Amino acid sequence: MLKRFGVLLGLAAGAAGGMLEVRGADTAPLIETLRSVDAEGKGGPAAAQAFQTLSKEGPQAIPPLLTALDGANPLASNYLRNAIENIVARTRKTKGALPLAEIEAFLKDTRHEPRARRLAFEILVSTDKANYDRLVPGMLNDPSTELRRDAVIQVMEQGNALFDEDKKDEAKAKYRAAMAAARDDDQVKTLKKYLEELGEKVDLPTHFGFLMTWKLIAPFDNTAGKGFAVAYSPEKELDFTREYEGKEGVKAAWVPTTTDDEYGIVDLAKVLTPFKGSVAYAVAEFDSDAEKAVDLRLGTPNSWKVWLNGKLLFAREEYHRGMNLDQYRMRGTLKKGKNTILVKVCQNEQTEEWAQRWQIQLRICDGTGTAVLSADRKAAPATGGSD
Amino acid sequence: MKTLRSLCLASLLLSTQMGADWTQFRGTDTTGVSADKVPTRLAESIAWTAELPGRGLSGPIVVGDQVILTASSGFNQDRLHVLSFSAKSGELNWERQFWATGRTNCHPKMCNATPTAASDGQRIFAFFSSNDLACLDLEGNLQWFRGLTHDYPNASNTLGMSSSPVVVGDTLVVQVENDSESLAVGLDTATGENRWKLDRPISANWTSPLVLPGAKPADTLVVLQSSKGLVALEPKTGKEKWKYAENCSTIPSAAISNGVLFVPSKGLTALDVRAAGEGPVSVWNSGKLGPSTPSPIAIADKVYTVGGAGVLSAADAKDGKALWQLRLQVKLEDRTSGGQFSATPVAADGHIYLFNEEGVGLVINTSGEKGEVVASHDFKEQILGTPAISNGALFVRSDRHLWKIGK
Repeated sequence: MLKRFGVLLGLAAGAAGGMLEVRGADTAPLIETLRSVDAEGKGGPAAAQAFQTLSKEGPQAIPPLLTALDGANPLASNYLRNAIENIVARTRKTKGALPLAEIEAFLKDTRHEPRARRLAFEILVSTDKANYDRLVPGMLNDPSTELRRDAVIQVMEQGNALFDEDKKDEAKAKYRAAMAAARDDDQVKTLKKYLEELGEKVDLPTHFGFLMTWKLIAPFDNTAGKGFAVAYSPEKELDFTREYEGKEGVKAAWVPTTTDDEYGIVDLAKVLTPFKGSVAYAVAEFDSDAEKAVDLRLGTPNSWKVWLNGKLLFAREEYHRGMNLDQYRMRGTLKKGKNTILVKVCQNEQTEEWAQRWQIQLRICDGTGTAVLSADRKAAPATGGSD
Repeated sequence: MKTLRSLCLASLLLSTQMGADWTQFRGTDTTGVSADKVPTRLAESIAWTAELPGRGLSGPIVVGDQVILTASSGFNQDRLHVLSFSAKSGELNWERQFWATGRTNCHPKMCNATPTAASDGQRIFAFFSSNDLACLDLEGNLQWFRGLTHDYPNASNTLGMSSSPVVVGDTLVVQVENDSESLAVGLDTATGENRWKLDRPISANWTSPLVLPGAKPADTLVVLQSSKGLVALEPKTGKEKWKYAENCSTIPSAAISNGVLFVPSKGLTALDVRAAGEGPVSVWNSGKLGPSTPSPIAIADKVYTVGGAGVLSAADAKDGKALWQLRLQVKLEDRTSGGQFSATPVAADGHIYLFNEEGVGLVINTSGEKGEVVASHDFKEQILGTPAISNGALFVRSDRHLWKIGK
């Protein structure tokens, strides 16, 4: 890993490609300085100096910089990315040679950071556009969602060509393969439409990994938004046989529900009552076959908190600014066996028509958006799915 | 009196921007008014068009011969672009990309590249809705990078953020205000480190800071607007100098001319801030002049606002008296265009340049007794960003292109 570019190497590179920029610096400590930047500008001044030196390195510094993106924090990643961009731009300007074979080897090693591999891919494609058609076909199941997105487009186009030739079964096979690989919702929506036109049923809840079955309880008081900070009983105990004195004397009892929404949206206002100024809790169980780190991705227009096995993952107070798929991404670790996911969903007292939504959508997936399914997930019902 | 007189002089000197650069939202002095003469015939004056690699609502800025612009791309709008074009030729000088570290959720009309970049003439500060902030030198070399949502994890708005940072001296002032975690920071332009950080009202806010020039550079203040009012701060310390505690709009930002602020508050309120040590003095208020999304613009002795129905209103800056109104409609070959405006108007040589959301540019002559549309052009692409004026040219960005209008 230590990349020491000595004078000899510098001279060799200079002779080969006119790359007089190779300074012979020891890049490893400089890279480590970039990797050390942290919140609130910590390490920024040192990183700026290291960046300047690294940016003047020759193209041989690109592979170690790409590798340094593995495990780098998001801030450091941008320093490393820009050092690479600078070197690539300058190498091209001076007609130097990029280490294309090493960059391609990096791309093909799927253990590396997905975004770093995408950067490697873009360097290769911007060097020679023919690399796109050569490399993309092998990327349908790539860990990088950006790379697989391009591969999905290619397979979709192949399916479209077959469809136009009236080869419906072959087209369907292509669409099915593309669907299995698709992670971005726009592609999923298009492929679902194509497959359904060909008589194929698509199970979106399973594809995305939405949690469909929940136990809900409400209403706890959230007048003036104060309930967000109050730890009501479900935050202290989860006893589904218990009932509680809810807001304004309304009895709060657990209600089981399974949503049939294909995007896994649980409509609390519909299942419970459209209580205003109220807190609800939703609980789902998840049976994991092993301990594993996963993404829990939530969409909601309401204020919320999420706990995994009693550990608070994140909390946010924002009402009615919209609800999107994968709106909030949290990293958590599932334990082997039964896991409990608790969501606190707060509704405020706004009276506008657009402020009546009281909903959640939660899925479990890996970092690339590939669904992670509960071991006991049942087959999808005709109208939707289950877990 | 001497102080007041020198304050007035400084205000007058800074009230129209001379020279080449347009370094932040509404220009270097944040007035939106240029002393340049800019072509009024838009279609005939297009010098070049540049294609953009991503979407954007941010306005261009101009530093020397460079037009700097941001864009965002990718299915999740998580690829951030900072672009430098030659002002002369429109050729791309350089491009740098970043990965968003904050949330990229936006209303479909918006995108991650919504705030306008800023520059101190040596550095570029590119800010995005995801609260990512990259500082580059003029050759595109990264100086520092901050992720304000990375640092302050609840600082985001699902609808997107739009506040554009401003530079005052060696401090960059950034407003990040929303329903969950609101803050403003003054950053050292050289290092990106916090000079100060203030808690701000917990409420969604899309307005941008405004530069309030003082008699000498050290007296310059920065004004932050929110639903709770205005607060004027010392840029270097964040120390509060005065406040105005009436409700203000959270979308259009206050305008300034000759030491008077025109604040979207209770319609439009004029505040004399020339004796700012004593706090702002309310001069007049008009409920009829409330702006919609575009910020008001004050030119010499008049103030102009664009209302929700696409009507440009002119008023006397000294007393708020309504002077004239002009419906901003243009008959095109296939339709009548008008209505919705997001871009804040800019002005030069007695003309206001307005761009509606459909992408139609209108040039309004304001030198007569009534405003008059003297030219228009359909750019045929959504335009939401505020243009820049530099060296006698207008730089306009749509969602996909950047145009230079003028030589």
